[in-house]
Amino acid sequence: MKPSNPTGRASLGLKIAVGLVLLFLHFPLLIIILYAFTTEEASFRFPPPGLTTRWIGELVNRADFWNALSLSLAVAAVATTLAIVLGTLLAGAIYRGKFFGRDALTLLVILPIALPGIVTGISLRSAISLTDMGFTFWTIVIGHTTFCIVTVYNNVIARLRRTARSQMEASMDLGASTFQTFRYIVLPNIATALLAGGMLAFALSFDEVIVTTFTAGQQQTLPIWILSQLTRPRDRPVTNVAALFVIAATFIPILIAYRLTQKTGE
Amino acid sequence: MNAPTQLSIAVRLQAVCRYFGEVKAVDHVNLDIYDGEFFSLLGPSGSGKTTCLRLIAGFEQPTSGSIQLYGQEVANMPPYERDVNTVFQDYALFPHMTVGQNIAYGLMVKKVPKPERERRVREMLEMVRLPGMENRKPSQLSGGQRQRVALARALVNHPRVLLLDEPLGALDLKLRQQMQIELKAIQERIGITFIFVTHDQEEALTMSDRLAVFNHGKIEQIGTPTELYEHPATGFVAGFVGTTNLISGDSARKLTGSPETLSIRPEKIRLCPPDTPVTEDLYGIDGTVRDTIYLGMHTRYLVETDAGFDLIVVQQNLESASADIPTTRGSRVKLLWYKDSARRLTEME
Amino acid sequence: MAALSLTLTPPTPKPPSLPRRISTFFFRRPNLSLILTLLLPLLWLVVFYIGSLSSLLVNSFFRLDGFTGLIVRQFSLQTYRELASPSNVDIFVRTAVMAATVTVTCAILAFPVAYYMARYANYRIKGLLYLGVLLPLWSSYLVRVYTWKIILAQEGIITWFANLLGLHGLLEALLAVPGIGGPSLSFSFLGMFLVFVYIWLPYMILPINAALERVPKSVLEASADLGARPGYTLRKVILPLAFPGVVAGSIFTFSLTLGDYIIPSVIGNSSFFIGQAVFAQQGTAGNIPLAAAMTVVPIVIMFLYLMVARRLGAFEAL
Repeated sequence: MKPSNPTGRASLGLKIAVGLVLLFLHFPLLIIILYAFTTEEASFRFPPPGLTTRWIGELVNRADFWNALSLSLAVAAVATTLAIVLGTLLAGAIYRGKFFGRDALTLLVILPIALPGIVTGISLRSAISLTDMGFTFWTIVIGHTTFCIVTVYNNVIARLRRTARSQMEASMDLGASTFQTFRYIVLPNIATALLAGGMLAFALSFDEVIVTTFTAGQQQTLPIWILSQLTRPRDRPVTNVAALFVIAATFIPILIAYRLTQKTGE
Repeated sequence: MNAPTQLSIAVRLQAVCRYFGEVKAVDHVNLDIYDGEFFSLLGPSGSGKTTCLRLIAGFEQPTSGSIQLYGQEVANMPPYERDVNTVFQDYALFPHMTVGQNIAYGLMVKKVPKPERERRVREMLEMVRLPGMENRKPSQLSGGQRQRVALARALVNHPRVLLLDEPLGALDLKLRQQMQIELKAIQERIGITFIFVTHDQEEALTMSDRLAVFNHGKIEQIGTPTELYEHPATGFVAGFVGTTNLISGDSARKLTGSPETLSIRPEKIRLCPPDTPVTEDLYGIDGTVRDTIYLGMHTRYLVETDAGFDLIVVQQNLESASADIPTTRGSRVKLLWYKDSARRLTEME
Repeated sequence: MAALSLTLTPPTPKPPSLPRRISTFFFRRPNLSLILTLLLPLLWLVVFYIGSLSSLLVNSFFRLDGFTGLIVRQFSLQTYRELASPSNVDIFVRTAVMAATVTVTCAILAFPVAYYMARYANYRIKGLLYLGVLLPLWSSYLVRVYTWKIILAQEGIITWFANLLGLHGLLEALLAVPGIGGPSLSFSFLGMFLVFVYIWLPYMILPINAALERVPKSVLEASADLGARPGYTLRKVILPLAFPGVVAGSIFTFSLTLGDYIIPSVIGNSSFFIGQAVFAQQGTAGNIPLAAAMTVVPIVIMFLYLMVARRLGAFEAL
C-alpha cells in the first residue's frame, strides 16, 4: 500500500464515512472555541445569545488559575526532562541488542499507559500511604514521569531503528570515540525525535488528571483546577476560557512534534 | 605457500573464531595478508567473509584468537584505535552532513586544523573524480557517486589498510566494471593494503593479487587467482571459483584407476569427432551431446558420457560456423583433455 | 616472525585523551556499559512503578477497621470478600459491558478511516488525516470531556439540532429507554457511551492503520488477480490482516474505559463505574485497601486481555 500511487478510487460511501468520523473527532474542538465567548453565564444554551471577550479578563484576574497553571508548567517541565533522560537511556539500551529480560522490559515501559490510568494512580496513592511520605510536588512528578517515559522511548527507539547501524560503525571506524560518535552522529539523528518525544511528554503531563488526582493531595494542577470548576456552575464562563487556553497550549507542542516527526519521515 | 620474507605482514589472523551463540560465523581462521596487497575474501553469503572483515575493522570482537595489524595485537581494540578504514556495503554516509563534512569527518574528530582538512578533502574529491562536490548532500548523489564519496572518506585518513565490504554490490554491471578498474588503479597508485569482500568470483579473480575462499566460517584455500583457478584444493573451491566438472567414485576410477575426485574445467575439454585417436598424455571418453547453448564468444555443451555421468564442455567459437565439430543434439562425440589439466582433489565436501 | 617484526613500523604512539580512555574502557566491557545505561530507567520503573504496584497489592490485603476507621496493616482477605458484594459486582459488570461496547463501536468507526488512510490517501492527504487523528488524541482529555458536557446539555447543541430537524420526539424516546436513558443526554449512559467512543476513537484508528499499512499492495492485487470481487477481498484478505491492529487498538479502548472515572462522574448518572468507586473509596471513604482490591480487578482483566492479544499478534501492530 504505497501512499503515493493509490490503487483505484475510494467509493463515495467510504469517503462520507471518513468525513463523518473526522467531523465527529473535531466538532467538539470547535464548540469549545465558540463557548469561550458566549455571554450566557449559567447554562450551555445553544446557540449562544451573544458573544463577549469579557471572560478572558476575568480568568486573567483569577489567582487560583495562575497558581494551578504555574504548578502544571513546573511539573510538566521537570517530568519531561526526567522522561527524556530515562527514555533515551532505555531506548539506547534496548536498541543495542538482546539481553536477558529485554522483552519483559519493553512490556514494563508500556505498562503505565497500557494499564488504566487509575491503576498507576491508586498504586502511587497506596505507596504514598504505605510509606507515609505525604503529597508533594515530587509525588506528582514521579507519577507523570513514569507514564511520560514511554512517549520519549517510543520516539527515540523508532528513530534509532531507522538509522542505519553502519553509520555509527562508520563513525568509529573513522576514529571517533563512543562519545564523539554520540555527539556527531547519534544526537543529530535522534534530535528531532527527542524534541518530538519531549513535546508529547510535556503535553501529556500538562493535561494529565487521572493519575494526578491520586498523587497531588491538596495541590491543584491546571487540569485538577478545571475539574473542580466543572462542579461549580457559577464559574462556567471562566472554565470555558480556561479550556480554550488549555487546548491551545497543548496544540502548539503537538503540532511542533508532528512537524518534527513528519520532516524526517520523508 | 612460501611467504616472501621481504614482504611485511599487514594483517595476521591466528586461530580466530567468532561465534554467535551456536553459529560459528568464523571458525579457526588463519590468514596472513601482506603489505600493499589487494586481497579478496571470497565466499557465498553467510560464509563468514564479512564477519572476518568486521573483526579486522573492530566492529566485532573475536570469541578467541589473535588479530594483528602490522605486528600489533588489536583483537580487543575499539575500531577508532585501529589504523584501518572501511568502505561499507551501504556506504553509511552521514545523511545530515555534506559530502565535504562526510569526507572531513575522520580529520575533524582527530582535530586536524580546518585549512588542512579542506585541502585534503579537495584532494580526495579530485582523486575520486568528484571535484567541487563538497556542498552536496549524500541524498543528492547517484549510487556511483556515493560509492566514491565513501571511498574518499575512508582514504583521506591515510589508513594503512582499507577494508571494502562488497562496495560494488549495489551498482549496475557497467558501473561495477568501471569501478573495479578505478579501485584497482587507486590501490596501485597509493600502494596500501586493500581487503575486499565479495561474493562475485569474477570480480575477485580480476582484481585481487591473492584471495581466500570462505565456506561455512572456514577458509578453504588461499592463493593467487591462477592458483585457485588452476589448482583448486577442494571441490568447493573448484565449484565456486569458475565452473568445473567433478568426477568422483567409480567414474573417476574408470579414467584414472583411483577413486579420488577429479576436477576438470569445461574449457579444458576438447570436443572431437568420435574416431579421434587418444594419445598417451590425454584422457578420452565417448559420449552424446544432450544440449547446446550458444553464448556468442563460446558455446556450452552438455555431454552425457557412455560411462553414465554428464560433463559440461565449453568451446570457443573460433570460426563463424565450425563445421568440423558435431554440434547438434544427439551427435556422438569424443571428449579429450590433457591429463595434467585435470586436478585431483584430496578432500570433498 | 621475530625477524619480520623488525621491518614493521609501529603506529605512532600517542597517549589517548581521557574521554578516549573512558570510551575504550567501556567499549571493552559491553555488559558493564549496558548495565550502566539501563540502571537509571530500570531503577525508576522498578522502584516507582513496580514498587507502587506491589504496595497496591499489599494494601489490598489490609483491611479497614469499620469501627475506628483506621487501616489495619495485617494480612486479611476481608477486603476481597467485600469485593464480591452484589453492589460491587454490579459495578464491575457495568464497567466491563461499557468497555466492551465502546471497544466494538470504536473498531467499527475506526476501520473506514484507517482503511482509507492506508489504501487511498496520497501522501499529502494522509499527512492531514494523521494530524486529524492525532490532534484530538493529544489535546486535552479533560477539556474534550468538558466540551461534551456542553454539547449534550439539555439546552445544548444536540437538543437544538434535534428540534431543528423535528427529531425531538426521537431523542425523548431514546432517553426514556430504561438502562441507557436519563433526564438528559448529559446524565445518561447513552451520553457517556458517546463520550467514551469519542475520546478513545483515535487509539483504535492508529493501530488498525498501522496494521493495514503493512499489507503490501501486491497482496490485494493478487487477490483481485485471482478473481476476487472487492467485497470478497475485503472480507477474506483485508479484515484478517487488520485484525491484529484491531486487537492492539482494543487494548487501549478497553483498558482506558475500564479505568476511567472522569467521564462517568462528569457525564454519567449516579451508578458507579470501577474508577469512580476506587476514587471514592480512597478519598472520601479513606478505605485504601478496598480501593486497591478493586483496582486488582481491572489489572487481572487487562493481563488476561494482554496475554490473548499477544497470542493474536497485536504487539507487532502497536
